[in-house]
Amino acid sequence: MSNSVDTAVQLADLSATTLLRFATAGSVDDGKSTLVGRLLHDSKSVLTDQLEAVEAASLKRGQEAPDLALLTDGLRAEREQGITIDVAYRYFATPRRRFILADTPGHVQYTRNMVTGASTADLAVVLVDARNGVIEQTRRHAAVAALLRVPHVVLAVNKMDLVAYEEKVFASIAEEFTAYASELGVPEITAIPISALAGDNVVEPSANMDWYGGPTVLEHLETVPVSHDLTSCHARLPVQYVIRPQTAELPDYRGYAGQIAAGTFRVGEPVTVLPSGRTSTVAGIDLLGESVDVAWTPQSVTLLLADDIDISRGDLIVPSGDAPATTQDVEATVCHVADQPLTVGQRVLLKHTTRTVKAIVKEIESRLTLDDLSQHPNPGQLVANDIGRVKVRTAEPLALDAYADSRRTGSFLLIDPADGTTLAAGMAGESFATHKVLTTVEDEEGWDF
Amino acid sequence: MTSAITVGEGVDSPYALSHLDALESEAVHIFREVAGEFERPVILFSGGKDSIVMLHLALKAFAPAAVPFTLLHVDTGHNFPEVLAYRDRVVAEHGLRLHVASVQDYIDAGKLRERPDGTRNPLQTLPLTEAIQQHRFDAVFGGGRRDEEKARAKERVFSLRDEFSQWDPRRQRPELWQLYNGRHAPGEHVRVFPLSNWTELDVWQYIAREDIDLPQIYFAHEREVFKRSGMWLTAGEWGGPKADESVETRLVRYRTVGDMSCTGAVDSDATTLDAVITEIAASRLTERGATRADDKMSEAAMEDRKREGYF
Repeated sequence: MSNSVDTAVQLADLSATTLLRFATAGSVDDGKSTLVGRLLHDSKSVLTDQLEAVEAASLKRGQEAPDLALLTDGLRAEREQGITIDVAYRYFATPRRRFILADTPGHVQYTRNMVTGASTADLAVVLVDARNGVIEQTRRHAAVAALLRVPHVVLAVNKMDLVAYEEKVFASIAEEFTAYASELGVPEITAIPISALAGDNVVEPSANMDWYGGPTVLEHLETVPVSHDLTSCHARLPVQYVIRPQTAELPDYRGYAGQIAAGTFRVGEPVTVLPSGRTSTVAGIDLLGESVDVAWTPQSVTLLLADDIDISRGDLIVPSGDAPATTQDVEATVCHVADQPLTVGQRVLLKHTTRTVKAIVKEIESRLTLDDLSQHPNPGQLVANDIGRVKVRTAEPLALDAYADSRRTGSFLLIDPADGTTLAAGMAGESFATHKVLTTVEDEEGWDF
Repeated sequence: MTSAITVGEGVDSPYALSHLDALESEAVHIFREVAGEFERPVILFSGGKDSIVMLHLALKAFAPAAVPFTLLHVDTGHNFPEVLAYRDRVVAEHGLRLHVASVQDYIDAGKLRERPDGTRNPLQTLPLTEAIQQHRFDAVFGGGRRDEEKARAKERVFSLRDEFSQWDPRRQRPELWQLYNGRHAPGEHVRVFPLSNWTELDVWQYIAREDIDLPQIYFAHEREVFKRSGMWLTAGEWGGPKADESVETRLVRYRTVGDMSCTGAVDSDATTLDAVITEIAASRLTERGATRADDKMSEAAMEDRKREGYF
């Protein structure tokens, strides 16, 4: 409690901070645990009893220094095998912002974990070892960020201390990566030279790299914009639940509850309900007890409409004149996340926003190797961690956006109707911003694993 | 005060939500998903701050209609009387329906045996599991947060449990975007954690912002306590102190509220919400490290209890 003045200052600031969700991908070899450990430690988010527990556990397995990976590798199997098998969520705060970190393992057999972590991230940190530069794994991580349309990517060129803090080493890696990621369609890339171990440019600016004038990793995390210009987005409200009090005071109240998935809604605006196509006008917006004239993503609201029309869970409310086309034929990129395979002809459930419909996998057009962006036509099936292009036919029409336009209304899950397993994560429309990044490789017949 | 516009040094657009608004919106979305997809949801309500925040969020999510869920309290028989009184007051105030599963009843019937250390937290699992089966609850809201404990850091928002309420961390469904998969077979249920992404500080800041009433034991008060395993336990009929443990009166408050036998008080002079928040922001211990004897037992104590169907 020695720093009560600092604390008072922080409190004033903490009450008005924004939230940034970000993901890290990499392996222990890249120094990811060291980077994450330093961010948590230097922002004082690791508390004494947690550190003591980590120290005791590290000692027990004969390690001298506390192994910060043990902070997140919480499952018995992970501790016993010394590996990360799942996405670990970590929480920390600075006076300027609150952070939710999805910490994911980097190896190819954990692509599904990386995809999961990236799906909700506003920013992804890709780590490279300055001695190795851009390698296959780096290209895969960039491709996952591009595929999932993560708006901001940070390239952390780590272990600069081992290349004598040389500017030209950093510059050539940054240039190669930026060219690659830009071509994939990553809209914003920030390269930062760091040494996670020595602490250069992680939280504090480095004294060893005066040639670098940009932000530290933490400064960048604290200042990167978390929301975009919503006025140009397509407004979307998937209806979750119809609120009908049916009380003596409110006999006729019907409110359409949902979280605004994209864009803004205003009172007085003409709206269309999909898939029925019925139209009405926004008569009121209830923002969790407060009546407002305008609301935007990701606020949870209750919309009141001027007309009494039939609306239920699974419907999508959109501005009239900005409605997505409805379709029963979905073309998408999927990441297969289950242990059992996805096959052509398989009957599945497709969950899109608040709507779940029956569907059938019509075609698996290709499997995509993220390391070199090669497409392998007609693989017959997809197995865990595969990325592929599929065509799915649904039993009912869906109001589906392109994932590139709207992450929330362009994404879906494929679910096994028999046991409820989540089979695949789907993104409607094109995989990347441009087609020319992809090459096609015909595999030898029958031998494609 | 739900005004969402926050401009932080010009970096964020006027559309950026404050972190509390973002967390609130996410939790409300989770409650509404469950209301839309499940038949018989129930909120686990202990009268602790996390379950109080859950109930507050549920009330907001469905207003002006009533909350479409019932409440379930697993009463260890060693609950703080202040907390039970609070529970009954809240239930009456909002016209809610409360189910109580009693550990004491299980002990009296010989279905559970008192542990030598007198701790009743692990004994809650059986009454909880049987209440879920008996009432055929298919979604069970818990106040667990991922920041609480390392085994919880990998918990899903929707966490599938088999008919024995067991959790298998290796068979968890990947959770992408805001698409929660609640499919389950008859007899199975889904544990749902709307506060997954909240930290202890977020909970307290939200309580302050929303002016939520709490049981008084969360604020500094004089209490007769004795020291066991490095924690201040409250003296009382539940089984403390032993002959070699001496009782003293101290100014304390509780950071977590659970079974009296294993929930420790912390020395504190924080009598207001602001003082509590200041204290937590400066604390160098997690709330479980400071106050829960049961989590100190082993590296994987929480994982083991969760596998068996604990909260």
